Amino acid sequence: MDRNSNIYTILFAAVVVTVSAVLLALAVMILKPAQERNKRQEKMTDIMYTIGLDDEALTQKAIAEDKALNYKLIETYFNKYFNKQYALKADGSVDKSVKAFDINMKTEIKKPENEQRFPIFIGDVDGKKYYVIPLYGKGLWDDIWGYIALEEDANTVKGVKFGHKGETPGLGAEITKKWFEKQFVGEKIFDKDGSFKGITLLKGNKDPENKDKEDHEVDAISGATLTGNGVTDMIQERLQHYLPFFKKIRQQKN
Amino acid sequence: MAKKHKWQDLIKDPLNENNPITVQVLGICSALAITVKLMPAIVMALSVMVVVAFSNLIVSLIRNYIPNRIRIIVQLLVVATLVILVDQILKAFAYDVSKQLSVFVGLIITNCIVMGRLEAFALGNKPLDSFLDGIGNGAGYGLILIIVAFFRELFGSGTLFDYQIIPQSFYDLGYVNNAMMLLPAMALITLGIVIWVQRSLYPQLTEKE
Repeated sequence: MDRNSNIYTILFAAVVVTVSAVLLALAVMILKPAQERNKRQEKMTDIMYTIGLDDEALTQKAIAEDKALNYKLIETYFNKYFNKQYALKADGSVDKSVKAFDINMKTEIKKPENEQRFPIFIGDVDGKKYYVIPLYGKGLWDDIWGYIALEEDANTVKGVKFGHKGETPGLGAEITKKWFEKQFVGEKIFDKDGSFKGITLLKGNKDPENKDKEDHEVDAISGATLTGNGVTDMIQERLQHYLPFFKKIRQQKN
Repeated sequence: MAKKHKWQDLIKDPLNENNPITVQVLGICSALAITVKLMPAIVMALSVMVVVAFSNLIVSLIRNYIPNRIRIIVQLLVVATLVILVDQILKAFAYDVSKQLSVFVGLIITNCIVMGRLEAFALGNKPLDSFLDGIGNGAGYGLILIIVAFFRELFGSGTLFDYQIIPQSFYDLGYVNNAMMLLPAMALITLGIVIWVQRSLYPQLTEKE
């Protein structure tokens, strides 16, 4: 056949495109389970990290049981330490039809408030109770997200974990570093009168060592003001949805 | 018409005398973007090597059948297919690294080295030669990436492969990591220095006036 004819060109294009499409479809289908597993594993390890069960702690637990730390074991640990998870409605009641773990925060926060479900993971480690809340918001360049763990009083921060999509390396991207996340430990999100304050990232707050745990402030990163504001807003915006739920917990206790 | 290529030359040339980054000055953008740390740089180098080698091989295999009018499109299709495959495989088996590389794996499609080698080599040479040419050029690209990433990670973060290299006692004496090294601007300068060093060692690389 004449290689410069239109028919040959069209036929050739059709064949190559079909071959490539079939190949890609196959690859995506075969690899999908592994990819989904990676995402779930990341979510579980992130949540456990906030209550002090970081990679090291988990690995040691695994060694103590003489097992390798793989996806299955991580899932076992997660289900053991987080035996309760709720999808809350805006009024603080539980929506039993939704599984909290399956909520995709990225799409969830775009819904109107009364349609959103707010996931909360309730941890139980050695008799201590923790509330872990997923965060999602905007940094300077792109999305930022994370988890914040509160202690049993639903006020003191146990730990945080942040992630980001495209913050500046060395500046905004530092929010994922341990030294930054450590600052949040022990901070309170309510003031003494019980009104909600959140946690503010502030530069030059005269408390760079972050010894004052009652001021609802942590030291921001120099050169990353806008990422910092994003983190502040994210914590403020997300946590306030859980206020009705926290109120219920307090009432139950009293 | 096809020249006889010595196989070792196909691998060796792009490492130095005909390096795709420092001599042909191709593929600079990704070299600047993902050289903050060594680990992603190595994975990126391997990914590019795989993509160049196999797209070279495939295009060379079908080079006598590609209609000339749509050859660029066909080349792009081959490259794009391979890149998506690599991206999906990384997401499944090297999740942490694929997160760090983020969009740059997808951007291998636009890496001029890939299209450059297809046009300049694969269309006119035998499959095996083309495959080796792809390996060589991928390695040449990777070599520069690793050199740049080495210096950027060492001076920017004080680590190599995330292990602390610069001892704490240095920091106690007042040493600070150079945050400039983490920004793309310093990557360009580092790359410039690499090119400078290379050309002083091999004066024949300098353009004659």
